[in-house]
Amino acid sequence: MKSFSFLRLSVWFYLAIFFAYLLGPLVIMSVTAFNSPEFPRASPWECLTFEWFSALFQDERILNGIWNSILVGAGTVVLSVAMGLAGALMLTQIWPKLRATYYTIIIAPILIPGVVLGISTLVFWDRINRMLGLGVDSFLSNGLFLTIIGQSTFIASYCMLVLVARLQRYDIALTEAALDLGATHTQAFRKVLLPFMKPAIASAAVLAFLASFENYNTTTFTFGEYPTLTIELAQKVRYGITPAISALAFIIVVLTVFAALANEANIRRKELVAAARKDATVEELESGRMRLPNFFSSNWAAVGLVVLACLTVATVGTATVYSPQQCIADIREQKRLETEQRIQELRQRRAEEAARRAAEEAESGADSTGGQSKPAAGGNSSGFGGAFAPSALGGDSSTDDPDTGADAAPEQDSGSGFGGAFDPNALSGGGDDGN
Amino acid sequence: MSAGVGVDLENLWIRFGDFVAVRDANVKINGGDFFSFLGPSGCGKTTILRAVSGFLEPSEGNVLIGGNNMRGIGPNKRPTALIFQNLALFPLMKVWENITFSMEIKGASAKERRKRADELLDMIALPGQGDKLPSELSGGQRQRVAIARALCAEPDVLLLDEPLSALDLKLRQHMRTELREIQQRVGITFIYITHDQGEALTMSDNIAVMKAGVIDQIADGKTIYNDPATAFAASFVGENNVFRGKVKRIMGDEALISTNRSGDLVARISSANQGKMAEGDDAMMFIRPEAFALAPNGATGDHFITARVNHEEFEGNVFNIFMEGEGGKELKVSIPNLGQSFEDHTGQNITLEYETQNAVAVPAGELAAE
Repeated sequence: MKSFSFLRLSVWFYLAIFFAYLLGPLVIMSVTAFNSPEFPRASPWECLTFEWFSALFQDERILNGIWNSILVGAGTVVLSVAMGLAGALMLTQIWPKLRATYYTIIIAPILIPGVVLGISTLVFWDRINRMLGLGVDSFLSNGLFLTIIGQSTFIASYCMLVLVARLQRYDIALTEAALDLGATHTQAFRKVLLPFMKPAIASAAVLAFLASFENYNTTTFTFGEYPTLTIELAQKVRYGITPAISALAFIIVVLTVFAALANEANIRRKELVAAARKDATVEELESGRMRLPNFFSSNWAAVGLVVLACLTVATVGTATVYSPQQCIADIREQKRLETEQRIQELRQRRAEEAARRAAEEAESGADSTGGQSKPAAGGNSSGFGGAFAPSALGGDSSTDDPDTGADAAPEQDSGSGFGGAFDPNALSGGGDDGN
Repeated sequence: MSAGVGVDLENLWIRFGDFVAVRDANVKINGGDFFSFLGPSGCGKTTILRAVSGFLEPSEGNVLIGGNNMRGIGPNKRPTALIFQNLALFPLMKVWENITFSMEIKGASAKERRKRADELLDMIALPGQGDKLPSELSGGQRQRVAIARALCAEPDVLLLDEPLSALDLKLRQHMRTELREIQQRVGITFIYITHDQGEALTMSDNIAVMKAGVIDQIADGKTIYNDPATAFAASFVGENNVFRGKVKRIMGDEALISTNRSGDLVARISSANQGKMAEGDDAMMFIRPEAFALAPNGATGDHFITARVNHEEFEGNVFNIFMEGEGGKELKVSIPNLGQSFEDHTGQNITLEYETQNAVAVPAGELAAE
């Protein structure tokens, strides 16, 4: 019994670690979207702020990137699902001996690196463009067109995999039955096969859109005048990131959770209705008085969905009335005070050090000649000059420096925050000054 | 009502590569008949059905429906409707939508379709079930929906591909009667495919017995049972005891056969083979279990058989006696239970007799697998 509970405990422990690994980064990132520092950080927590969201919605490039991503995504969904469905149908119709070969060929784009697909798309369509004698601003060299085509080369394969899985459960006798009842091939496809494939088509479409939305390495070659969101983000990150990007990530996470919950709630609802129908008697079905299950009953997904919706509304509501100005001002004030205090401490420490040094100087001066006052130059003897000497930061500090003996002249000359670092004399060390 | 539309198969050959699925089939099916193709699985009966419905082009020969050659005409243009083995009801459509699919194709309004569906649901005794999904029906109900869907297309010929094979025994027996009733009511030609001889015998006007792509015999059920044309037909339809041997003498429509085990026995030559059997030919003789009667022990003659009893069983309506037979196969005898006393014969030798007209002689041939 004891070992059993130990096993249970370790399973829970493992799960906790696993989910922390999986979701931790997302949580941290979401927190940074609401923290006020200019650089995205979760701690120390300073002020709750929504300004990164407004900063996000005022960033023309990000908004434009989102719009382009949606355009590309829509195009890719249409093209990939159509090609994927055609490929999947072909796979079930093709001569069995060719099937394995055909499958390999059609799956290959998934295995080819996206970079290669991007370059080859660019080169291929450029060639075609030239062969047709079209200019650089023709449709075939349009960034939108190229990105959609380039992404679809491999996203269509993903779609095909999803669709094939469903198609394998399709009974070809259903098409035959439709034909037998007088339908044409088109009618059989539209009225029997397509409705059957609908759930898989929806899955494939979602998959295609997400794959398109997050794609970077193919798009980076083809985007032209239409930089997508990923491209814009990558370009932004080069110049440092702001929590506005965290805000965007947070919005995407929330939307994803929303969609997942809605989907789950819908599936559960259907299951419950089906179960209720199965239990219902003929009379109940006929009279239409069958009691359908309550929307929330035994449907945690629906409950979660509503809770999430309420939270969202509450957050947006808070954001519109909440102003973190006071908090930010306080934090700023606090920071200023802290800085001042630190400067103060620094000064004090330096003063103490100076006093100690003065005492040492006096001692060494007693038992050595003036020419050998080398150690008195202190840090200045190194190649960095006085750059790391705390006294150098002050710049004006050298005036009250007691170190004004034989080496005082170069020290005075530098007089800048760099100390003697750029003083050519300093490089050779203070030793020769003494000679 | 008209006599219905007949179907003719003329010199029909169907090949898949080197494999011959149907070999020179010639069948004439009268309009309004309930016609069955009976044979073990893999004998080509479903292939014939697919050729009639148009999913398969014959390699040679023709399919004629109502006298019109169907070559080059697709399944959606033929006046046939097929009921699939697995029924192939459209899983996402409600029952009424399934039934009236053929009307939807022709562009009928939902109201018309609903009305027709209700009529047909009444006919198949499923009133008010139109709004269910096929998955919510029982096996027998689905069966009836499939029939209604096919009938809704108003076909001249209804083709049924072992539609009862997925049902349990009780339901199967019930559906037999129901199918026969429906056929008589609508008066169209039914072509029925089955490997179950009980189904074929109870429902059909005429039966074609098939073996490995070849049609052995076409006749009504009674003829096939009592007067089989081949050894295969005799052994496949109903239970039968086989005696192998050689023809010793031909006496008009009777033959004396010297059997390998039971001596010389007399049998009636089946009508299809009269005049075709000669003395010295290999022959087979068939006697049904119920055609035997117990005879006084030790009686001899050309219609007496003596053998040792292996075991016996009581089946309610009959006593079954299993005796040592030829080639390891047991000889089965069924004595009707009429309330008589019945002693156990296990281990003893007993003598049986039969009437000559109940023994059928045919040329030696392949038997149906057990």
